[in-house]
Amino acid sequence: MAADTNKFVIPIGPQHPALKEPANFEFWVDGEIVTGASVRLGYVHRGIEKGAEARTWTQNLYLMERICGICSHVHATAYTLGVEKLAGVKVPQRANAIRQLMAELERIHSHMLWLGVAAHEGGFDTLFMYSWRDRETVMDLLEKISGNKVHYSANLLGGVKFDITSELAAEIHKGLDFLEERNHFYMKVVTTDETFIGRTQDIGTMTTEKAEFLGAIGPTARASGVARDIRVDAPYLIYDQFPVKVMTHTSGDLHGRFIVRINETFESIRIIREILDHMPQGELTTRVPRRIPAGEVVSRVEAPRGELLYFIASNGSEKPERVKVRTPSLCNWSTVLSLAIGLKLADMPMLLSGIDPCFSCNDRSISLKRGQQGPQVWSWEKLRQYGIEYYR
Amino acid sequence: MVQQTLNSSWQNVLTKVTAWARINSPWAIHFNSGSCNGCDIQILATLTPRYDVERFGIKLQGSPRHADVLLCTGPVTMQARDALLRTYEQMPEPKFVIAVGSCGLSGGVFHGCYNIVGGINELLPVDVFVPGCPPRPEGIIYGVAVLLEALKAGKRPEPIQWSGSGLDGVLHSGSGLEDHHG
Repeated sequence: MAADTNKFVIPIGPQHPALKEPANFEFWVDGEIVTGASVRLGYVHRGIEKGAEARTWTQNLYLMERICGICSHVHATAYTLGVEKLAGVKVPQRANAIRQLMAELERIHSHMLWLGVAAHEGGFDTLFMYSWRDRETVMDLLEKISGNKVHYSANLLGGVKFDITSELAAEIHKGLDFLEERNHFYMKVVTTDETFIGRTQDIGTMTTEKAEFLGAIGPTARASGVARDIRVDAPYLIYDQFPVKVMTHTSGDLHGRFIVRINETFESIRIIREILDHMPQGELTTRVPRRIPAGEVVSRVEAPRGELLYFIASNGSEKPERVKVRTPSLCNWSTVLSLAIGLKLADMPMLLSGIDPCFSCNDRSISLKRGQQGPQVWSWEKLRQYGIEYYR
Repeated sequence: MVQQTLNSSWQNVLTKVTAWARINSPWAIHFNSGSCNGCDIQILATLTPRYDVERFGIKLQGSPRHADVLLCTGPVTMQARDALLRTYEQMPEPKFVIAVGSCGLSGGVFHGCYNIVGGINELLPVDVFVPGCPPRPEGIIYGVAVLLEALKAGKRPEPIQWSGSGLDGVLHSGSGLEDHHG
């Protein structure tokens, strides 16, 4: 979008109270109405994909987990599923069940975190405090299972580290009962509170066609009626045995996104209960060779924010040849930039947080060269030099 | 312009009052210099009802011009470096820096990646290091408490000498905060 010199430009970020992570936005405003928007990302670009090529398959497990602190388990799961497929290893069912259980616990934690942050951006701090207080329950459960609140490191190549004992299962059940009750309360707040509805209803409405056109994914798309969910479309782990129901909403506005995410939390609670009641028996790990056979694989999982895609190439050595990550937050930016036009400036923080952006996921580097054929390989030194020169 | 000086007894009182105010209500600003979000959600968690640092007068502040303490996370990416330096320069003196998380200490798991500087103390003078990936909220509160204790004594915090048991009780105890909800 070209900058109109007659219009007033409001810059937001990279350090800004409304954002917990660095990103830079520019909004062109005419009075109070936004007439154009642009985003500058890349403040969190660390060079992980290239870094992965210098680490062994096992070391990468921990690097990939730290792409994002909120959805760390799904990153590790997508990576391990890919590597296990390359190695031709069959993982025990119990390990898959525990992975799925952790993934759904993580979805609850992520959605409750988002509910609080989004309410905070809308000036509704009471809901922020309530949802973050209750979120500590699921954080406690994750800590009791794994020993850490954020990066659980549950995955190993070929299995999981932790078992779910019957005492743990009882505690999880107790925690879930509490969370379910609280989520009923949040649903009531979101659907009945008048000021809240005033801030969300008919704000940033996206039709189904527009969501398809802009390539929206995850809960953002599902709130516009696009029934797309990798857990259903291409089941991984044991989602074929414990299927989830795709939660959609037809309104397409911010209000719909709140309802979809709270409904998904209920669905996660149901799935976790089902897994706990029908936990498959067996081993936790299986052996995976140190050298992974040469080949290429694409692995897809449903992160709390949408589809997460990993492309992994191996040349038969102890280190991957290429790991390419496509994260859901990046796909949803175009929806924000196109929906912003015509809205009031005061709606921008809520619209931004409506897609549940995760900047640490989406800051990747892409090099586009027109007209050049054939593969291009950037060496470590060349990339490092490019990075230093670029930001000089 | 001639600097106006108070007579020494008034100056003493003024110093005491500002020190008292600073210790009882440190305002913090949070800057993410390329971290994975893990430390940031833990910092945010310290503000919410389970841990609630506002009862100690610690408040997260939007503008660097109002802040005393910079809570910084992440391995400092090349692009965030300038923004971090600018944020620090905008803070009024005296200012203190707390580096939160393994990445802020050394680059952590990203050590050696091509786009990071690696460690906040390569750019800024760091007063307190809080280790962990990510640190527990109790750990972050303890880091702030270490800073405040040192300020009470009228100096910057000294490097922590590992004594084997001293920190253990504080960082890993249940701290009696369980079952706070419900």
